[in-house]
Amino acid sequence: MTSEPAIEAPRKREYTGSDTTRRAVWRRALRWETGLVVVLIATLIFGTARSSDFLNTTTGFYIGLNMGEIAIMALPLTLIVITGEIDLSVASMLGLSGAVMGQLHSEGWSIGLAIVAALVVGALGGALNGVLVARLGLPSIAVTIGTLTLFRGLAEIVLGARTITDFPASLTNIGVVPVPGTQLSYSTVIFGVLAIIFGVVLHATRAGRAIVATGLAPEAAQFAGIRVNRVKFGLFVLSGVMCALAGILFTLKNASVSYDAGTGLELNVVAIVLFGGVSIFGGRGTVIGVVLSVIIFGTLQQVLTQMQVQPEVQNIIIGGLLLVSVVLPNGAEAVRRLRARLRTGPHLARAPRSQRPARAISPSDSSLITEEKK
Amino acid sequence: MTTATSALGTRFARGGALLRAREVGIGVVLVLVFGVTTLHNHDFATANSVQQLLSGAALIAMLSVGETLVIVTRNVDLSVGSIVGLSAYIVGDLFKDHPGTPVILGFVVGIAVGAVIGAVNGFITAALRVPSLVVTLAMLYIIRGVDGLIVNGVIITSSSVPNAFIAIGFRTIAGIPWLAIIAFAVVVIVAYAMRSFRSGRDLYAIGSNPEAAALAGVPVARRVFTAFVISGSLAGLAGALFLALHAEVDVTGGTGYELLVVAAVVVGGVAIFGGSGTVVGAALGALLLNTINQALVASRVSAFWNEAIAGALLLLAIAFDRWLSLRVARGLRSAEGAHRDL
Repeated sequence: MTSEPAIEAPRKREYTGSDTTRRAVWRRALRWETGLVVVLIATLIFGTARSSDFLNTTTGFYIGLNMGEIAIMALPLTLIVITGEIDLSVASMLGLSGAVMGQLHSEGWSIGLAIVAALVVGALGGALNGVLVARLGLPSIAVTIGTLTLFRGLAEIVLGARTITDFPASLTNIGVVPVPGTQLSYSTVIFGVLAIIFGVVLHATRAGRAIVATGLAPEAAQFAGIRVNRVKFGLFVLSGVMCALAGILFTLKNASVSYDAGTGLELNVVAIVLFGGVSIFGGRGTVIGVVLSVIIFGTLQQVLTQMQVQPEVQNIIIGGLLLVSVVLPNGAEAVRRLRARLRTGPHLARAPRSQRPARAISPSDSSLITEEKK
Repeated sequence: MTTATSALGTRFARGGALLRAREVGIGVVLVLVFGVTTLHNHDFATANSVQQLLSGAALIAMLSVGETLVIVTRNVDLSVGSIVGLSAYIVGDLFKDHPGTPVILGFVVGIAVGAVIGAVNGFITAALRVPSLVVTLAMLYIIRGVDGLIVNGVIITSSSVPNAFIAIGFRTIAGIPWLAIIAFAVVVIVAYAMRSFRSGRDLYAIGSNPEAAALAGVPVARRVFTAFVISGSLAGLAGALFLALHAEVDVTGGTGYELLVVAAVVVGGVAIFGGSGTVVGAALGALLLNTINQALVASRVSAFWNEAIAGALLLLAIAFDRWLSLRVARGLRSAEGAHRDL
């Protein structure tokens, strides 16, 4: 099972006992998303209370403009985390694709061809991640830290210290004007369409079930005829392409690109996915949860900025929310565990020091398992 | 090994030899990088250059030691970089506001800051059983935020840090920088504890199989908590040393160290899913990464290439590690027969 570094004693997966019924799954999923809706409404009420004209279309436009690229990168990451893997190279791919597009355009390529080239670079980068994780079986957290550095480095090689700004005004307009006939930014509309596609694929198609099954029990999925490695490989390629798309939008929005565009955004993307209720152990998560999480983050950021709260405090609030979002459900479980232990009496509790075995693990076992220098 | 003739002893000896080769392997690569670079640029082998190399690697090595303890238990600590920044600034602030503060108190405060944050990480991870990746990622945001509030645009400059403190950053004993000596001491102590203490072995047991470890009587939660506290404390110490080394600190101190440290640990042969790896390997991994970076600079490779090469090398190291562990597993299996599922 290739999952992320787990907690010390991974608790049993949510779906192993009687909880595998569809109703239980829905109940559980709904509960998390319900919580997100409540948080979102609270944020909106809070924002409106601070400034009565908070809820207008301009706010929506700017939230979308700020969050669009991060939100687009969060969609494929959601699927990847559901399969029990992770992709930390997303923001570097955003930078690399923007750099490639900018460089090619400045060399005289038409902007259309430059965009296609950027998407191809995204697919290739994703394929590299995919080969290393799915074919060679390397841990994705380590691999994508490597490609995080590699992609950023490639962007640096492509652009050096230059900043490219000469993009056609017709395209850089996406950073200023909404989609005609709406009040939404282009990135918002693209995200909306993609979110619907991702949601339908994840929750209503065989491919989506294969993704969830891969995360829940890779071996069982394999025996059930799901090509686990192919699923993972495909998702990494998809992630690369989506991040390239985000990079293109990000570059056009800012009408400029340098090699360090979007540095550090990977942590924001991961935070949004996790806050959206996607389990870091894989097998659980919904697109609607991630969409809600995106809206909450964007709205909150907007509210706090309008209140002129320092960015530092915004960081604290984002971190605090993320922490609370994982501590709350687990905290309830911890209390239940404690109660159960009290109810069943002391024999299930840890034995006092004097009664514990003199040596927990025999030397031969530990040497074998740990592969440690003797 | 006295039982070298038995099957068990053979397994021991073979596994030991192969895995010793792991650290030896990093050492060989280290020497190669160093030798080749020196051929290109003779100044690379001068005392001054080597001292810089060691001082620069010392901080990352120290962080890698703490990170190893955490990763060996199948967790991860992403908050180390932000702890370095916060600790460095708080220590600097202390010196600025109370000019007469003894140097040692600076270290105590730095370590205390790290220990407190490590305790929070450890408590939430171990007692509430929340995935450490999420906990420490959230803590990274929170600590950076708190750091920003405390810094509030005011940079600590060398004029407000006592000279005796800054001296630790550049002074040497017998040609060896203080920083390297401190890092070396940390590595030796923790390596010994991980090899020989029961609590150290417990960490490996937890990482190999948490449920089995719990059933075998290992106090899993307490050990994981301790690992986080030690990781935090070392990061706090590294923060104080960061201030000593750079003699100034602003809000960006230690930014991005978390991924650098994980990279060093992985290059050093610590399995990201826990249960195996040594702090010596991790420290060597940190030294290797730093040497490669410096070597690229010294070889006058365009600075723009540094990051890409570092990333490619990291990927190579991970792939090589996998290949090596597969070989070890195969070797053990053929020696023992296939009845034992590794």
